[in-house]
Amino acid sequence: MKLTLNVNGDAHVVDVSPWKRLLDVLREDLRLTGTKEGCGEGECGACSVMLDGEVVNSCLVAAAQCDGRTLTTVEGLSHGDVLHAVQRELVACGGAQCGICTPGIAVCAAHVVDRGLIRGKSEADARQTVRELLAGNICRCTGYQLIVDAVVAAARDAK
Amino acid sequence: MPRIDGVAKVTGRARYLDDIDAPGVWYGATVRSTVAHGVLEAIDLDPAFDWSQVAVATAADIPGKNVITLIEEDQPALVAVGAPVMHVDEAIALVAAPTKELVLAAARAVKPRIKVLPAVFSVEDSLAVKQKLYGANNVFKQFMVRKGHASDADFEAVIAGAAHVIDSTYYTSPQEQMYIEPQAMMAEWRDGRCYIVGSMQCPYYVHKAMKPFLGCGPEDVVITQSVTGGGFGGKEEYPSMLAAHVALLAKKAGRAVKIVYDRDEDIAATTKRHPAFTRHRLAVDARGEIVAIDVDCVMDGGAYLTLSPVVLSRGVLHAAGPYRCPVVRVRGRVVATNHPPHGAFRGFGAPQTTFAYERQIEKLADYLHEDPLQLRKRLALRSGDTTATGQELGFSVGTDEVIAAVERVAGPAPAREGTGPNGSPLRRGRGYVFYFHGAGFTGSGESRLAGRCTVARTAGGRYEVRSSSTDIGQGAITIFTQIAAGALGVDASMIDVVDPTTSLVPDSGPTVASRTCMVVGGLVEKASKALREKLDREPVTGEVAVTMQYEPPPGIHFDDATYTGAAYPCFGWACCLVDVTVDLDTYEVRVDRCIQAIDVGKAINPVIVKGQIEGGTLQALGWALLENIVYREGKVANANMTNCIVPTFADAPELETILVEVPYPFGPSGAKGVGEIPMDGPAAAVANAVEDALGCAFDAIPILPEVVAASRPRWS
Repeated sequence: MKLTLNVNGDAHVVDVSPWKRLLDVLREDLRLTGTKEGCGEGECGACSVMLDGEVVNSCLVAAAQCDGRTLTTVEGLSHGDVLHAVQRELVACGGAQCGICTPGIAVCAAHVVDRGLIRGKSEADARQTVRELLAGNICRCTGYQLIVDAVVAAARDAK
Repeated sequence: MPRIDGVAKVTGRARYLDDIDAPGVWYGATVRSTVAHGVLEAIDLDPAFDWSQVAVATAADIPGKNVITLIEEDQPALVAVGAPVMHVDEAIALVAAPTKELVLAAARAVKPRIKVLPAVFSVEDSLAVKQKLYGANNVFKQFMVRKGHASDADFEAVIAGAAHVIDSTYYTSPQEQMYIEPQAMMAEWRDGRCYIVGSMQCPYYVHKAMKPFLGCGPEDVVITQSVTGGGFGGKEEYPSMLAAHVALLAKKAGRAVKIVYDRDEDIAATTKRHPAFTRHRLAVDARGEIVAIDVDCVMDGGAYLTLSPVVLSRGVLHAAGPYRCPVVRVRGRVVATNHPPHGAFRGFGAPQTTFAYERQIEKLADYLHEDPLQLRKRLALRSGDTTATGQELGFSVGTDEVIAAVERVAGPAPAREGTGPNGSPLRRGRGYVFYFHGAGFTGSGESRLAGRCTVARTAGGRYEVRSSSTDIGQGAITIFTQIAAGALGVDASMIDVVDPTTSLVPDSGPTVASRTCMVVGGLVEKASKALREKLDREPVTGEVAVTMQYEPPPGIHFDDATYTGAAYPCFGWACCLVDVTVDLDTYEVRVDRCIQAIDVGKAINPVIVKGQIEGGTLQALGWALLENIVYREGKVANANMTNCIVPTFADAPELETILVEVPYPFGPSGAKGVGEIPMDGPAAAVANAVEDALGCAFDAIPILPEVVAASRPRWS
């Protein structure tokens, strides 16, 4: 079927099977390979993207569900050399190691920060909230500590 | 300095294997055994399937030897017709096709016929030789360490004369590395040469394995590491298997072929941490001094030898722990079973035996009614003491510093009883461990490897670091840049760390064993200094390169025959505190607090070192409490991320990391290994804390809620 997608501000028309995973549409048809596949069953969050502003696992979304909708992938978080606050802080705080989970974490963290979901919270509450909101994204390298540091710092930057 | 590959990774621009543009590439898939032990009688191709668009490869197509060369040559790349099938999910045939849909359909249309034989799934059945799987007795390798006694009779006499002996057997479970990028590899043949690129830790291991497999010379196969999404040991040996498969398929298909494993396939078929049974006897005299330690460790190696001997070696060499003891006997055996081969995983045998000795020390504290941390402090090795192999410790022994660091921040233990937010009764406990980890290759390994590294000033005036050490997330590129920039006296922006490709970089040895910064970084420092002197002496144009080769520090000798001497050039030292809460209604154990103080020699990049320690720590906490591999008839029954769980953000406690620096004089700026040590200790700290909370011993991991529930009659 023919789909119209708005991805990171650009309109695309693709002709794909309605059952094709959104993840594969992004990676194969649009060649946006920043979105990663870690498990293919919605457990690891490496394929997280925003669909009409909500975070979804793109491995669990069928292409047919996306017609006419707006997507933001990791490629849409930065503009040229200007990084999103969470991307900047992930680098500064050491929140990315092997980096394969990082695009998904950056998308989720950007959602948390841009929606103000930890705004006004105490440091301890903010950290706990980040842990709950990012619990769908698995990182095997960091032990999460430096990622939590980065997200909290990004929220502070955004004030 | 922030990591150099950081921006590429946070923007999604970093190209992992599956992200690389490869026009016309075909997808490969693997046909695997469904039985644990048998004989492959035939491979049938479904005649109803259209094979015109598919390449099929079997053992009969292999141009060279059908082996994955590592320590031995017992493991085939593909089971040949007439040959034994040794484990479930062993590779039997390969298919490649232009689309993912077609290749999966083709794989289903390949039907192996296997005559089933009785299989062996326990170390007891293996040792009893219920089926002969390897050699005469199913033992892949055994080691014996003896200190302070000549014979078993002498040894038993010491035990018999002890005031008290603590005798327990511990079990540690297999563990999945669960790197988030599954195994991935691509091959293409051009002008008779095979080019292989993929996710890996050790390009020269793959290179070594491909020469006999393809029957070619060293120049005819080129291995390149792509950006690698985690390894933790899981991409040490297995990538050679995958490389063999894509190389063969690419030859058969006459085009580039890539294989990217599904998560389920990756969990089911690739290596895991060796499960281990460790019996430990700890004998003390009337004053509470240790007089003898006896360890007997048996590991399940799985169906092929792979890296089991060296995993066992490290387990054996750490088994007596960092404690003073005049008489030590350590016996280790790794045996064959029909499980998929177990292999390298961060810690490499040491976490298994560390769990045993740190539970034993806890039991000794209980017996002596002595504070567990003060007891450890009293018995710990220090400079001037000797280890189980008779290695006299000299420099860089951070015992007192790491224990003091934890004491400073520990604070009072939490109240033992409490009530949860939903009214459930709670018990809390605190556990300590003190432990060490040998940095670099075991024994004479580093000298045998003789790793090399080149630093060059190019004709263009920039500087290149050429080594086969891979950045697998641990920060090798950044650390090498910092070391080279410092030693050359140039800005870091002038340094390029060359992507590991076997035709461009020398063999620096594998990216394993906490050796990349300490050993190869040391070579980067030496080569950079020598290059700087050379350039200072005479102004030269064009490329100038200096290559350095590893030399052991003076006085470091190990005798492989007797297992005595300096097992490692130095050790990392660590102390860990864990506080837990046990919910008495749900039986869930939560880690509330985890402090790790680790002597790393020198933290060249403190943020990266902290990240290494915290990542290893959480893998250890996961191993202790929730990670579990369930084998049924030799098959991983939970081969998916829904059921084979690892800690999430919500499971992880806030981690408190204290970097302690007691310099290693032969490491770059004093640095020594850090990658593995954080994995060794925390599991025992968790078990010690749960024992403190509930008043009964936990001698096996993982301590799942059902294990806690079953322990209820033993609570006090």
